[in-house]
Amino acid sequence: MAKVLVVTSGKGGVGKTTSTAALGAALASQGKNVVVVDFDVGLRNLDLVMGAERRVVYDLINVVQGDAKLAQALIRDKRCETLHLLPASQTRDKDNLTQEGVAKVMDELREKFDWVICDSPAGIERGATLAMRHADAAIIVTNPEVSSVRDSDRIIGLLDSKTLKAEAGERMDKHLLLTRYDPIRAERGDMLKVDDVLEILSIPLLGIVPESQDVLRASNLGSPVTLCEPQSAPARAYFDAARRLEGAELPVVIPSERKGFLGKLFGRRAA
Amino acid sequence: MNAQSPTKPAQGAVPAAIRFRGRSFVALVLAPEEPFDDWLARLDALAEKSAGFFLGRPIVLDLKDLPVNRDGLKELVEKLGERGVRIMGVENAKPSQLGPGLPPEMRGGRPANDIDPAQEAERAAAARVAAEKAAAEASVPGAGADAAEAKVAAEAAAKAAADAVAAVQGTVAPASLPSLIIDQPVRSGQSVVFTEGDVTVLGSVASGAEIVAGGSIHVYGALRGRALAGATGNPQARIFCRKLEAELVAIDGLYKTAEDIGAAQRGQAAQVWLEGDAMKIAAIG
Repeated sequence: MAKVLVVTSGKGGVGKTTSTAALGAALASQGKNVVVVDFDVGLRNLDLVMGAERRVVYDLINVVQGDAKLAQALIRDKRCETLHLLPASQTRDKDNLTQEGVAKVMDELREKFDWVICDSPAGIERGATLAMRHADAAIIVTNPEVSSVRDSDRIIGLLDSKTLKAEAGERMDKHLLLTRYDPIRAERGDMLKVDDVLEILSIPLLGIVPESQDVLRASNLGSPVTLCEPQSAPARAYFDAARRLEGAELPVVIPSERKGFLGKLFGRRAA
Repeated sequence: MNAQSPTKPAQGAVPAAIRFRGRSFVALVLAPEEPFDDWLARLDALAEKSAGFFLGRPIVLDLKDLPVNRDGLKELVEKLGERGVRIMGVENAKPSQLGPGLPPEMRGGRPANDIDPAQEAERAAAARVAAEKAAAEASVPGAGADAAEAKVAAEAAAKAAADAVAAVQGTVAPASLPSLIIDQPVRSGQSVVFTEGDVTVLGSVASGAEIVAGGSIHVYGALRGRALAGATGNPQARIFCRKLEAELVAIDGLYKTAEDIGAAQRGQAAQVWLEGDAMKIAAIG
């Protein structure tokens, strides 16, 4: 049975695309058949983060409109053969996404894959609501700061009202992925605490991804962090999140600054 | 009638604000039938039996399925006017039936108990008789009562008559207030409007969310959004929450924003209520 996930946040720049790529690659590296779908028509980025930007021929809109077959538009990852990308169109308008067309594509993807991960555009407009419409579960990407948390709360409200699952009277599973968590700033109290975010949003925590240069470097290299730096702290957080998605019960560790004796010594000297 | 927006700060900055309040009145709805002459004749017969039944009452005409044009309606309203029946609005009207000089269109009416004119006339008559009798007794000079006593008795009689009228009007009030229970958090951007009665939320009300209630608001969680209680003009309504972090609280059109809420009550379990035009906030529990 395929599971359709939507990665959403309301606010832009919190790490939806990065998380989609990292989680997709993490699930695929465990042998699952995974497709990541870019719904950000007109501002596509997932192809860049996946390093597939030079291999795009057809896109989601072509498939929705019947100009291309799904198999023609899917791009298989070169590093991990069970990982696929369905890119968005950069030139077309999101008004070309029709509800019936998207439904048809999603049905086809459900047949082919174990996991269908939809990367939602920011905002709460048509693109975002279409991306979440067919989902079985949602990952809400949130940064530990007030505007991101409030936007996430808004998105959770939409997930409970505008999706097929909600309209059928069922409850959609929602998972909170806290990204760009900075242990140093958290210690100083410049950031919302994990408990505060959980209390406000009151949905279960899928994982905490620390702020890291590794993530930025991976994005610029065009490789999900779980493929290019699998031993890094953010990659480990994404691997754990992927295992939790598959039902494993792992305790969530709040990242903290771990400095050895020498690190402390040098840290003081530099200060 | 805009019952949803708070209109006047409870304390402070904005001077001379105009205060709007929501009020609901029970209007009598008349549904005319054709031919109008027959219908008016029946109305006359009714008015004869219970004199003054229409006096001082808000009356609304229901035009549902009535094939009358603008001029026909104007004539009917005039004829009703001659009988002392003043029309404050029309319901279920087509735009072609309305125009200047005619009562405005009314929408969103909700059914109330039917009013039986005969029964009401009986009660009013009984009240009047009781009042007259009491007044007559009080004014009998040989009964040994002095003037002051007579006055007290007359006042009591007047009060009894008033009570009787109030009892008649009371029959149209709902027996109990309905309430709305929400068993999940209210998320940012969601708006819960329930003007009929109390709202209870088993969870938090997020920043950017809004609860509008005709009665009181109870939040078993943190109140971070806006809570507007007593929105249809009920100064008795209150707001209760486990943790007060509201952006705005309002009761009966008087409001306080987060800035005006004292630091002592922030983050506490608290209740909000009105004493006259002053909004009070105090910790509970």
